[in-house]
Amino acid sequence: MTFIAKPRVELPNEPVNAIGLRLRDYEGVGSTLCAGCGHDSITAAIIQAFWELSLRPERVIKLSGIGCSSKTPAYFISGAHGFNSVHGRMPSVATGALAANRDLVCIGVSGDGDSLSIGFGQFGHAVRRNLNMLYIIENNGVYGLTKGQFSASADPGSKAKRGEVNQMQCIDAAETAIALGGAFAARSFSGDREQLVPLIKAGISHPGCAVLDVVSPCVTFNDHEGSTKSYAYTREHYAPAVQTDYIPRAEQITAEYEEGQTLPVTMHDGSTLLLRKVDAEYDPTDRSAVLRYLEAHRSRGEVVTGLLFINEDLPEMHEIAGTRQGALTALPFETLNPGSAALAELQRRMR
Amino acid sequence: MPATQSRINDFVIKIATVNGTGSASANGLLMKALFRMGIPVTGKNLFPSNIQGLPTWYEVRANRDGYISRSGRVDVMVAMNAQTYERDMREVTPGGFLIYDSTWPRRAVEVREDITVLGVPLAAMCNERFKASRVRILMKNIAYVGVLSALMGIDRSILQALLEETFATKPKLVESNLEAIDIGYQYALENFTCPLPVRAQTMGDNAGKILIDGNAAAALGCLYAGATVGAWYPITPSTSLMDAFKGYCQQFRRDPENGRNNYCIVQAEDELAAAGIVLGASWCGARAFTPTSGPGISLMSEFIGFAYYAEIPSVFFDVQRVGPSTGMPTRTQQCDILLCAYASHGDTRHPLLLPSDPAECFEMAVHAFDMAERLQTPIFVLSDLDVGMNDWMIPELAWDDSYRPDRGKVLGPADLDELEKFYRYLDRDGDGIPYRTYPGEDARGAYFVRGSGHNRFGGYTEDGEEYRDVLDRLLVKWDTARGLVPEPVLQAAAEKTSVGLIAFGSSDGAVTEALDELAEEGIDVDYLRIRGFPFNSEVQAFLDGHETVFVVEQNRDAQMRSLLLMETQACSTKLIPILHYNGMPIPSDCVVQGVASNLGNRKKEAAA
Ligand SMILES: Cc1ncc(C[n+]2csc(CCOP(=O)(O)OP(=O)(O)O)c2C)c(N)n1
Ligand code: SF4
Ligand SMILES: [Mg+2]
Repeated sequence: MTFIAKPRVELPNEPVNAIGLRLRDYEGVGSTLCAGCGHDSITAAIIQAFWELSLRPERVIKLSGIGCSSKTPAYFISGAHGFNSVHGRMPSVATGALAANRDLVCIGVSGDGDSLSIGFGQFGHAVRRNLNMLYIIENNGVYGLTKGQFSASADPGSKAKRGEVNQMQCIDAAETAIALGGAFAARSFSGDREQLVPLIKAGISHPGCAVLDVVSPCVTFNDHEGSTKSYAYTREHYAPAVQTDYIPRAEQITAEYEEGQTLPVTMHDGSTLLLRKVDAEYDPTDRSAVLRYLEAHRSRGEVVTGLLFINEDLPEMHEIAGTRQGALTALPFETLNPGSAALAELQRRMR
Repeated sequence: MPATQSRINDFVIKIATVNGTGSASANGLLMKALFRMGIPVTGKNLFPSNIQGLPTWYEVRANRDGYISRSGRVDVMVAMNAQTYERDMREVTPGGFLIYDSTWPRRAVEVREDITVLGVPLAAMCNERFKASRVRILMKNIAYVGVLSALMGIDRSILQALLEETFATKPKLVESNLEAIDIGYQYALENFTCPLPVRAQTMGDNAGKILIDGNAAAALGCLYAGATVGAWYPITPSTSLMDAFKGYCQQFRRDPENGRNNYCIVQAEDELAAAGIVLGASWCGARAFTPTSGPGISLMSEFIGFAYYAEIPSVFFDVQRVGPSTGMPTRTQQCDILLCAYASHGDTRHPLLLPSDPAECFEMAVHAFDMAERLQTPIFVLSDLDVGMNDWMIPELAWDDSYRPDRGKVLGPADLDELEKFYRYLDRDGDGIPYRTYPGEDARGAYFVRGSGHNRFGGYTEDGEEYRDVLDRLLVKWDTARGLVPEPVLQAAAEKTSVGLIAFGSSDGAVTEALDELAEEGIDVDYLRIRGFPFNSEVQAFLDGHETVFVVEQNRDAQMRSLLLMETQACSTKLIPILHYNGMPIPSDCVVQGVASNLGNRKKEAAA
């Protein structure tokens, strides 16, 4: 098997973005996932969001772990360098990449198995380090690639395809990120492109670790009656708490919004997020209130979505470390090497 | 008084203390003073895996002929730890001296007629002179340096100069330390016949030499090689490597204008992450490394195989300690040879660099980055606790300002202009090394790094032939590596001989000393010090050119011998292991006995 090249059909009058690229310039190779897999919809949303953001493909790096979800970086932005790492360890590779070159735009794609079991530690530490990346967890409640075992995000009471009922507690990625002190936690659904695209953009703009937990049904192993990660269940229990409009830096905010109902958040890159509250009481900047809200709704089986929590001011990894602005890789060797005279001087103290 | 041979500039002082009492500065002072008198010295720290309250020893060997290995003898024991007093007394070589703190009665039941025991009321004198209890403890240690200064002819003015340099900004400390020195010094002068027959005598000034440990030297190598990203998880005995790197970076890698760091050190959540960070940074074009020890390598193994297969330059320092498992974290061994050579599942193999002293830690650190980027593969620098954490006297490190890093085969936008299409894993030059591009530069150079099956174009594959094509090319690259590892060092015996000996790393000092001793007894042995893996033709030629080859190493299972058997044409009956693995640095008599007894047995066999 080789990778599948997509047929390139020229379409006249295809729209282009601000840097003259077409939507298809943000595509990758053809997907080999099961038809109807939620992950493919997320890929489409990523393509849409990056195209709309008009990011140069070569500025982007896309990383993943192992799993069906982790295969997807091959399916978007073929002009970006990609890194399909080992199971559960994408965050460390992303840490190194951004340590070397903080100017890169980093998107990491992971699965619920990849991030909440084998990679739980690395997930937590990417959040703790506040690594400047968009961290997407394509959450289907199972290990798709190893054929449908329960993952750590399976809800208690959720039924497996063969009838087994999960009795262990569920690890909620978004809640965990908030509890760990994360600066950006969102949840969405692969079936809600309208919500997903602005969340992806917001996550890219956010200067820190943006965790985006996306319910993404596995049609092959977890889309049946009794599953709490199926299309049907998710649609039925879907409870958006906030809707996000992403307004790029250059654009005027034209929409009228009601004070109290809509919360504008100005991002460090000059863009603005308009958070429209579906539930008027929801305050995405109050950490303990958010956790309380999420817990209350979770106990009712509801899937609360939206930009659940945001704190634009937490310092990211390089700010904490005091690293120079700009990529370390841009430094010439002459700057890095102290030279023979310095070495001689240093050694005077070693005798 | 027992008869004592005169031993001038040829002795071992061993100091027994309790860890956490600040004896390190006293011992450092002693060592440096001997060094400044021009005498070759080495210091070995034998410490527990504990922060406070357990026995610890420091051994200083001074030897005018420059022998540096651990010697079995103890000429002067400074027994400051009541807990280990009896054992310390037993260790003194007949004719030697034992100095103890006579403030409290000794517990010893045993009496030794063959050594001289000298009691000094160190605690009593220091308690009288100093008030704070912490200061009393510290000064008691400095005071024994004063005692040794009088007894062993260690230049007091040098001690003073050293204290003045160390505490240049704290004259009060110089004063109190000198006072402590004099307490010991005066007591010894007044109560004993000074100097002892075992003593130091100025023989120069060791110009052109420095005292340094291997971890600091390796850190300097990383600094000079231009490494910008370091990732690690603390583990003895490698921690001081990153500590030193951080210190040097703070000194030399701060932007003078804004004080910002031209480096990024990440203390990872574990060694798996540390390895991932190195891979990510190297992929993006930084020189990145991680220092660790055996347990860390075990954890990193999955990523090491990934780096091998996906061809990502990466530098791993394994400062070896005693295994298996947690083993003895503060003791030395050469026990990760096979682990590192073949780390990770599947067909993998990795170049190893084997420094024998801090000078080579420095050189090989630089070389490791050049090799890693030239070969696009993980490189291991395998030192050990003895090299990494002990103080070694080496020639001053030199730097060639014309050095420029070998960044290997990297294509930039201008190179991509010349190409019809870029493919990541094509062997265009026949050396098995493909071309890479850095993320962030050019969409035409974009490729997808994966540890899953891939073909020469970088595409995913499950096709057996396409898979094999890449795997076989990696072997071509392995052959290229053979020409890049440091050459072995041959030390030929004075007479032509059919007996050879192979050793590496920290065993070198013991081997050189042993071979001189053997030569005096008429046993000639050619010595090849291996400095890298894969083995090159010189190693094969050495094996072919000798009937018997001893392989000296510090582990139980003769790992280097196994590696030689697997990776050369040598036959197993020819290779005779000489093994030392109790966690202490290998002493020369281990080598002498190993060689002599084996050759002796053969003579007997031949005679029978
Ligand atoms: C070290 C290791 N252990 C086990 C596996 C096998 N494995 C591959 S994918 C996977 C689970 C992936 O689950 P998830 O991250 O949820 O991805 P999904 O396929 O559901 O999208 C496992 C266990 C592996 N690749 N590596
Ligand atoms: S097995 Fe499930 S997760 Fe994997 S591709 Fe198929 S539907 Fe998607
Ligand atoms: Mg999954």
